[in-house]
Amino acid sequence: MDSIFIIEQLINGIGYGLMLFLLAAGLTLVFGVMDTMNLAHGTLFMFGAYIAATVHEASHSFLAAVLCGVLVTMLIGALLEVTLMRRLYKRNHLNQVVATFGVILLADDFVKWMWGASPIMASTPAALAGPVQLLPDLPYPSYRLLILVAGVVAALALYVVVNHTRLGMLVRAGASDRPMAELMGVRVQSVFTLVFVIGAALAGVAGALMGPLTSVQIGMGEGILIPALVVIVIGGIGSVRGSFVAAMLVGVVDTAGRAFVPPLLREVMAPALAADVGPALAGIAMYVLMAVVLCFKPGGLFPARG
Amino acid sequence: MSMTTKETNPMAVAGPALVLLGLAVFPAVAPHFGLDYYTGFVMRMLIVMLIATSLNYLMGYGGMVALGHAGFVGVGAYALVAMTEAGVTNAWALWGGAMLAAAVAALLIGAVSLRTKGVYFIMITLAFAQMLYYLAVSLRVYGGDDGYNLYSRPVLGFGLDAADDATLYWVVLAVCAACFLFFHRSVGSRFGQALVGIRDNESRMMALGYPVFLLKLQAFVIAAAVAGLGGALMVTQNSFISPSSMHWSQSAVLIVIVVLGGLGHRWGGVIGAAVWVSLEETLRMSTEYWHWPLGALLITIILFAPEGLGALFHRSPAGKGEGRGGIFYLLRRSA
Repeated sequence: MDSIFIIEQLINGIGYGLMLFLLAAGLTLVFGVMDTMNLAHGTLFMFGAYIAATVHEASHSFLAAVLCGVLVTMLIGALLEVTLMRRLYKRNHLNQVVATFGVILLADDFVKWMWGASPIMASTPAALAGPVQLLPDLPYPSYRLLILVAGVVAALALYVVVNHTRLGMLVRAGASDRPMAELMGVRVQSVFTLVFVIGAALAGVAGALMGPLTSVQIGMGEGILIPALVVIVIGGIGSVRGSFVAAMLVGVVDTAGRAFVPPLLREVMAPALAADVGPALAGIAMYVLMAVVLCFKPGGLFPARG
Repeated sequence: MSMTTKETNPMAVAGPALVLLGLAVFPAVAPHFGLDYYTGFVMRMLIVMLIATSLNYLMGYGGMVALGHAGFVGVGAYALVAMTEAGVTNAWALWGGAMLAAAVAALLIGAVSLRTKGVYFIMITLAFAQMLYYLAVSLRVYGGDDGYNLYSRPVLGFGLDAADDATLYWVVLAVCAACFLFFHRSVGSRFGQALVGIRDNESRMMALGYPVFLLKLQAFVIAAAVAGLGGALMVTQNSFISPSSMHWSQSAVLIVIVVLGGLGHRWGGVIGAAVWVSLEETLRMSTEYWHWPLGALLITIILFAPEGLGALFHRSPAGKGEGRGGIFYLLRRSA
């Protein structure tokens, strides 16, 4: 295990963390502003990936694929908000969890009917097939570099919107004290719809970009939903800044766990035992992080509400 | 309309007694109608009812929404497997040991998790359940990812033959009925009432001098022990266990079952499990797309009867006249 390998894995971890952040930001905003648990957020991620993969296949333009993926996901998000989510804002979290679990079941069968039960191929754009020489000894896949750049750009855009625009001010006001914001004359209904659609857009971006790296299949949304929930809990629910820090932490810990733990274990214990324990420890790493954080800070790292 | 209290209402005693009688004669009657297969199916349903009832006790009366209940089911199941490997064959010892293992796991997990509340509690119980899941995957001795096959069913003793499905069914029914009775009595006891008090207003109960943390921990351990028993019964029936039955989606389904049946309703877990397991079975047999009707059902229930199916036929658990989700409320509103 040399330093190049370590650097490469750390960059991978940051890339994964940025994608997690795109999902977690939407989740944490919806939770912070509307006080709503949305399990169907992973479903939006899945739609982003499926639509981008389909458009890419048909048009051979990656840019068009991502744009279509994001736009259609936003549309689905708006539809979901108007038909269902709106009726759930005043309900308790358990009701929201069960209803959005129902949405997952509906959406998974829809995708099965539309695209079939087996995973579909999502190819990386031809122009980004080769590696880029990051350091003299460190070639890095250019597609992963694109994800890194896109993730940073999206995070910065979100930062600007949340912290330096009027909309962002309304969002922050709603997250820290919703009844007061309503009394101050904020039109919460339209802010809610907008926040939900922004969350859907971020999930769509993450889905469209992650598609070529992971397999595009039914259940991919649930697979990434849990790490995203872990991120918002570690960060402190409702805090965008918190979920950024937590996403980086989880991304790096998870990737490092998978890359470094098995080889390290092989050096200290019998190979057969290491082969058993290694993957389990790597899978657990993220949850241990969350349990430790919650043990010392039961409200997450950056609690949004005092 | 005036409803008598549950204790004096004859239906409240006669209804469950009839259901119990029906369940008890089922394996004796089923073969005459060519329904032998359904003895196993109903047994599976009974076990799910037991697990769901334990979760309903925790969520509905204790106010603790745990997204890791399937983890304790798995602990019970794997404890049974481990003891069988060690040479224990007596079913009662195995089931007791499984309960004990789940209770010890819950004691450790609860001591940490109960420091948090609300969504944080949901997530930390999920985290621990995921750790148990990965632990089961890494246990190569018990089959790892592929699961573990039990060669023969444990021995019941008392002249009962566990290999006979109908006999095992009656034993499972008796165990489940005993557990339902225990939970029912527990809710009415001083302990149960204190638990409900904590659910409704934790700070007040603390101010009144109740050991809030210990009471919650106790409820958490009891619910987990019964879930562990459910897991052990499941392995006894199927002779098979794999980590997939500890996956977080199984915990989510258990929550869904409880909310569907009626959270904090005495028969919530039973009704929810009966509806969910039978729908799953029939839909899966008739169509490839069997998820979406369940999804549509959940959304409909949440939108129009948020207190669950149980509340449609009974007074609301809160006891404030008829429940908002009650069928009479719905009828009046649509009239």
